[in-house]
Amino acid sequence: MVSTFFSVKGRSEPLITIIAAGSVALSFLLSILVFLQVGSGTHLDWNLYTWIDSGNFDISIGFYVDELAAIMLLVVTGVSLLVHIYSRGYMHGDPGYYRFFAYLPLFTFSMLMLVLANNFLQLYFFWEAVGLCSYLLIGFWYERPSASFAALKAFLVNRVGDFGFGLGVIFTFVTFGTLSYASVFERADTASTSVLTAITLLLFMGAMGKSAQWPLHVWLPDAMEGPTPVSALIHAATMVTAGVYMVARANPLFEAAQGTLTIVAVVGLVTALLGATIGIVQNDIKRVMAYSTISQLGYMFFALGIGAYVSAIFHLFTHAFFKALLFLGAGSVMHAMNGETDMQKMGGLRSYMPHTFATLTIGGLALAGVPPLAGFWSKDEILGTAFIDHKYWIYALGTLASFFTAFYITRLIALTFLGSPRFDEHEIHPHESPSVMTIPLWVLAALSVVAGFVGVPPENGFIHSFLSGVFEHGEEAAHAGGFSAEVLVLMAVATLVAIAGILLALGVYYWQIPSLNPKVWGERLSFVYRLLWNKYYFDDLYDVWFVRSTKALGNALWFVDSEGVDGAVNGVAKGVSTSSTLLRKIQTGFVGNYALMICIGMVLVVAYLFFQR
Amino acid sequence: MHPPLEWYLLFSGALFTIGLIGVLVRRHVLVIFMSVELMLNACNVALAAFGRYLNIIDAQEFVVFVVAVAAAEAAIGLAIILAFARHKNTIDVGEMTILKE
Repeated sequence: MVSTFFSVKGRSEPLITIIAAGSVALSFLLSILVFLQVGSGTHLDWNLYTWIDSGNFDISIGFYVDELAAIMLLVVTGVSLLVHIYSRGYMHGDPGYYRFFAYLPLFTFSMLMLVLANNFLQLYFFWEAVGLCSYLLIGFWYERPSASFAALKAFLVNRVGDFGFGLGVIFTFVTFGTLSYASVFERADTASTSVLTAITLLLFMGAMGKSAQWPLHVWLPDAMEGPTPVSALIHAATMVTAGVYMVARANPLFEAAQGTLTIVAVVGLVTALLGATIGIVQNDIKRVMAYSTISQLGYMFFALGIGAYVSAIFHLFTHAFFKALLFLGAGSVMHAMNGETDMQKMGGLRSYMPHTFATLTIGGLALAGVPPLAGFWSKDEILGTAFIDHKYWIYALGTLASFFTAFYITRLIALTFLGSPRFDEHEIHPHESPSVMTIPLWVLAALSVVAGFVGVPPENGFIHSFLSGVFEHGEEAAHAGGFSAEVLVLMAVATLVAIAGILLALGVYYWQIPSLNPKVWGERLSFVYRLLWNKYYFDDLYDVWFVRSTKALGNALWFVDSEGVDGAVNGVAKGVSTSSTLLRKIQTGFVGNYALMICIGMVLVVAYLFFQR
Repeated sequence: MHPPLEWYLLFSGALFTIGLIGVLVRRHVLVIFMSVELMLNACNVALAAFGRYLNIIDAQEFVVFVVAVAAAEAAIGLAIILAFARHKNTIDVGEMTILKE
């Protein structure tokens, strides 16, 4: 918070950076302390300040710290710190530097308060606040019309979800008479299933908007207009995970409304496939990652929907690291290529940017789910839970999405780093990024490798026992953990799928095997290709359904305003003017007329008084 | 036998009305002024009649008062009319319209 107000125009860059990054670093250290404390069993549910207290309705600003919050704190402050450091290099020299370092800590503050909230109203308030920061940061380069529109789109789509979320909060209050977590969760059983289903559905609507699930996913790819550190922090590791966090936090409510959970799982699965398939054909390096994020968030919601809460949070944890890594790596590439994002104009950057290449490849492998990197453990656990629960169709579809995931990320790496340069080497001189940018990359790469081990052995690792208290009703408890034969087979299958995807992508784009020429396949499957390239036409659909009708309504109302309202106001003025012209004729100047009028008036008054009796 | 009170009042009312109509209709400034005096005197008549028939001594006192005021007003009014009529060089009220908008 302090840094937000401190960072105004005119201050020196280094000073701004130190204050901003310093405060986040401090938060990170505190988060570690909190984590250790919570690990030894201390919880907190404390009201800091009572904001409203009127009759039945009392709202405070407070903190609720349990294991789930502790993990989220680590993720948020950790990634935020790395992004702050990275941004020192990425945003260096930008005239809006001070603004950037004002908004970024503001966002971190909002996200932290969201995670630490102890009641639904505070959650909602900071839910909106992170949305606001997202808007500010996406539209950071506001002179670019595409950026402004993207920011607006993000905020509006978010708002649709938040509308549902707000209704959900209201319903919660109406049903339970209170908004504090502790009280609501205690009484979760007292409400009827239909009421709870309604509440949870509305809350999930908010999650759909915030976490870019189908059908409210359309804002996230456009959000790539913002600076890449923003994409890394907000649209990969933190804000978009707020939806997942919310569902996990409110799991007592969701557990009592199994219908909603089914919907959550379906939406998650659809989104996972949607994102993965669109990502295959995109040429913009950041958009591939955006669709990847959409897809991976789908996995998390899918996990929540089948009751695997710990797995979902585990995937959130690992994904934060390797996705942030991928984005920051992409930013490094863009930095070197003068802001170019079209992968078709890249290639061969391996020799120019070894650090970026290495770290990005590590991130990519983690995303694809190659053991023993982090992504493998968390993703495999989700799919494994589906399989063990006999949901074979779901398992199959999820694995298919994994295949696509491996494919598109390998495609990205191949097009960007491998092969020979497709750009003019005399015009663009790519160079490795400064260490202020590469060090965070290596840190995240290291995390992408080891972070998975908190969940090993599957279902029985550290993270499971750590979070078990939070999710009393989850499905995890039913499964025996460890490396059973079934689990090993599933792990092998997942690995094979990932490697298959990688090999196929390499074959198409690196080794360029003739029978796998992408252009030819594009022609043969032109319908599919066009469908994917146009993002399943969702943007166009929304344009026709919503955007145009709203614009028409706006125009109509503008018309009413300018003709009707302004007409009325102008009409009054005109009326006064006309009547005054008429009345002026009484002033003849002839005294006799005036005397006559006095007489008439007198007569009228007397008559009135006389006949009043 | 004295005449009944009503006759005096009717007489006063008639005088008043004639004066009123004179003020409204005539165009000669002095005639208008005379009509105003007529109205004033009509009121005096009514006042005196009431005083005599209802034995209110104050009413007769008031008559003298009104006459004095009428005289003063006549003096001032004539002065103003004279000044204005000389200025406009007319005695027709219809031409004295500088109050016209």
